[in-house]
Amino acid sequence: MNITVCIKQVPGTSEVEIDETTGNLIREGIDTKMNPYDLYAIETAMKIKEKNSANINVISMGPPQANDVIKEAYMMGVNNGYLLTDKKFAGADVLATSYALSQGIKKINNFDLIICGKMTTDGDTAQVGPEIAEFLDIPHVANVKKIMDINSTSITVEMDMPETVEIQEVKLPCLITVEKDIYQPRLPSFKLKLATAKRKVKNISFNDLDDDNPENFGLDGSPTQVLDVFPPKSDRINEKWEGTGKELGERISNKLKKLKFV
Amino acid sequence: MAFIRVHQKNVKNVEEAIKVCPFNAIEFKDDQIEITSACKMCNICVKKMPDIYEFVEGKKGEINKNEWKGIAVYVDHVEGNIHPVTYELIGKAKKMAKKINQPVYCLFIGSNIKHKAKNLLHYGVDEIFVYDREELYDFRIEPYTAAFENFINKVKPTIVLVGGTTLGRSLAPRVAARFRTGLTADCTILDVKENTDLDQIRPAFGGNIMAHIHTPNHRPQFATVRYKIFDTPEKNKTKSGKITECKIDKDKLISRIKVLEVKKKEKVKSIEEADVIVVAGNGIKKEKDLEMINQLADKLGGMVASTRPLIEAGWTDARQQIGLSGRTVKPKLIITCGVSGSIQFVAGMNNSENIFAINDNPKAQIFDVANYGVVGDLYEIIPELIKKL
Repeated sequence: MNITVCIKQVPGTSEVEIDETTGNLIREGIDTKMNPYDLYAIETAMKIKEKNSANINVISMGPPQANDVIKEAYMMGVNNGYLLTDKKFAGADVLATSYALSQGIKKINNFDLIICGKMTTDGDTAQVGPEIAEFLDIPHVANVKKIMDINSTSITVEMDMPETVEIQEVKLPCLITVEKDIYQPRLPSFKLKLATAKRKVKNISFNDLDDDNPENFGLDGSPTQVLDVFPPKSDRINEKWEGTGKELGERISNKLKKLKFV
Repeated sequence: MAFIRVHQKNVKNVEEAIKVCPFNAIEFKDDQIEITSACKMCNICVKKMPDIYEFVEGKKGEINKNEWKGIAVYVDHVEGNIHPVTYELIGKAKKMAKKINQPVYCLFIGSNIKHKAKNLLHYGVDEIFVYDREELYDFRIEPYTAAFENFINKVKPTIVLVGGTTLGRSLAPRVAARFRTGLTADCTILDVKENTDLDQIRPAFGGNIMAHIHTPNHRPQFATVRYKIFDTPEKNKTKSGKITECKIDKDKLISRIKVLEVKKKEKVKSIEEADVIVVAGNGIKKEKDLEMINQLADKLGGMVASTRPLIEAGWTDARQQIGLSGRTVKPKLIITCGVSGSIQFVAGMNNSENIFAINDNPKAQIFDVANYGVVGDLYEIIPELIKKL
């Protein structure tokens, strides 16, 4: 069984901000990490591998530095890693990202199962998984909270909906996006770090893909465009109260009474 | 092909020209400034240093926007019970449709739902397209996508709005990808231009930045919006508009997914329904201290919510999480206790009517959105407040 997990390198704890007075961008740190939701996706693949024999690939798209997250996946027990990296992929929105990933996934091998994390912490859209499934013409199930069973032809999962939990049996190949907490992700192992130190990350460039039309990738393949970025506005009553705990407690209480909440 | 052109000769200070990019996507290599594949096309460099960086438009054929008309709202529902986000989207769609003088449509997909479509006629929708088929009883991605595709091909709406619910967030991207068009997730502001281009604003790049996004040369334009971001429109006493039943081939509704069982979850009141919410944030030092927050909420007849770190610590339940990755709330009163106010959190609550924020850091971002920013130690303030109430 071939399982492919999609992962992404995201900014670390630092955030990009705009200074409201000068309009300048403030950068704090340039550290990166693996998207935390992807750890659950990798762990899900590893749990399946423990019960069935499986070959686990990870694929990512990004600049060459994104090799780091693939190396990290190796330390968790992943077999092979692929990085889509090419200037032609730059400026990709959700659609162009999903399309490039789907092309890369096709290039790797015949997949049975694709696993994605719930979403990324930098994009926060949760759209890439379903879009990849569409481009590969396979069914997908989002919000998977439990793997009940998997065999050579199908996977049975629990899908978490707001009011219900649905048990679905899906024919392979398919794509699932997994919830946080589906399994507790293992830590990268030092032993595996040593063992995989020389394992290469295979880079996939535009020329390696089946689709040779550059207009389907990167900025050109992106229907959405960012017109502008700006700091969030707030235009409401904006008072600041200072004082002792006693004064402030009383002041809140009085205000709540005045606003008729008490 | 569209790209960012670098005018090398205008570069006076290489370091500054590189630093303008918040994503480290500009490099200096072989005596040249280069934009790398890390570029997110945020256009910040173009805006900040227009003499160096120039956005060059691609020369693609322009689509005929007149072929696409109307604003469609996907009706989110469980067994015909319509999710309130649907009405909020209809309200927004109507405001925008008025500006461009176009109709508002609803798309209603399910099984045994026909009779429920009537409810939507009280909200001034021009036409409701209903796909009522047995195969559509459970939400399975392929048949739902097929019905959605059928609707778009038939009606050709210029804008499609989908609620950012669990179902909507799975369905909308699938349909958008089928039409190879753009989808902007979790928009917080929407407006429409005269040429029917949709102005979409959402928090972006994981930072404290809002991005203004548009879809200039693709139709339909997809956007998802979370529950409680927009206002619920008034229900009209009279009905208007019409219901159209749609046909679709049986073989289009085939699925590779079999639903084996649907288990009902225990019904708990969700924080989205609460009028009063007290939020426990990272300033809460011990799990035991949540007792104080519970007490305050009880006094005010409200519910307790929390931020992501407390859920990750296992102190609170994920259903209590406010924020873009949790729930969006719009209560009459919200009191945040020890919440710093990341944009992800704020996006989930800044439409609340009265915001009180207690935090001991006078520079906390939560004070930007709070109506009443209370600077002080929550461990001193809250016991006093409880006593006084």
